[in-house]
Amino acid sequence: MAQAAAAVDDHGHTTTGISNFKVGFWTFIASECLFFGTLISTYMVYKGRAVVGPYPAEIFDVLITTISTTVLLFSSLAMVLALHAVQLGKKKHAIMWLLAVIAMGGIFLGMEFNSYLKYIDYGLTLGSSTFGSSYYVLTGTHKVHVVLGMVWMAVLIWLIARNRIPPAKAEQVEIAGLYWHFVDIIWIVIFTLVYLIQ
Amino acid sequence: MSTDVKQNEAAGAADHGHDEGHASAAFYVWIGVILAVVTGVEVAIFYIEAMDPYEAPLLVVLSAAKVVLVIMFFMHLKMEPRFLTWVFMAGVVLATFMVSALVVLYHVLPVFGG
Repeated sequence: MAQAAAAVDDHGHTTTGISNFKVGFWTFIASECLFFGTLISTYMVYKGRAVVGPYPAEIFDVLITTISTTVLLFSSLAMVLALHAVQLGKKKHAIMWLLAVIAMGGIFLGMEFNSYLKYIDYGLTLGSSTFGSSYYVLTGTHKVHVVLGMVWMAVLIWLIARNRIPPAKAEQVEIAGLYWHFVDIIWIVIFTLVYLIQ
Repeated sequence: MSTDVKQNEAAGAADHGHDEGHASAAFYVWIGVILAVVTGVEVAIFYIEAMDPYEAPLLVVLSAAKVVLVIMFFMHLKMEPRFLTWVFMAGVVLATFMVSALVVLYHVLPVFGG
């Protein structure tokens, strides 16, 4: 029972024995699955039905997208290493890994926006075809999530630098990590369904 | 108090230790390397013309494997109480059903011009 009391201490009353914050965040992630599910459904429904070009096979550069995908995958690795460092009380390592997460998120966004500019040059805009609309809304929503994640990481760096996140409060970094990994998972799905299965 | 709640409380208490049950940094690096290699295999399948007939199912399976690796080891769901797996799976199953049903309706069955 002493262990149970310890479990309740930092998280307020909990009937499940799990931190309320963590249960709430996993529920949020489950709802985000449905949110992205609707956007992916829309893209899939319109797939191959655009009556005007440019078409996916004409403009997608799979090699460039593979590189940006790999960068995002490694940002997830940096995130989990940041959490590991916080749990071990290694403040400098934690800050370094979180900076790496932000940097890799920035590289991913830079490469993706560069692709957007290329697609726009080809004539693919938000209103040019059903492919354009569903593609930009799906991938654009994902990029907004990446930006929010980067802001969250910057806040964590500030808090860690001010000694506000000791190992006992590592759950704050763990929750941010859950968000970042989820953003990574969504991109894994988008990469396969949008870019590879054309 | 049910057995489940007791197990969850124990897991929550262990979580306060913050390193118990979590893997080493080297293990996470290996998972990252595996994810990168699987991505490379996916792209190879995309470019190899002989793989065209099997491309879609293979890519879906490999992509699912990557998602499972991230969820189990980077998101630590493997080490969390079972309750959180059910919460997450509820969203994943519903979303997968929705996407699959719409793809079947619009691209396989002739209902909506598929």
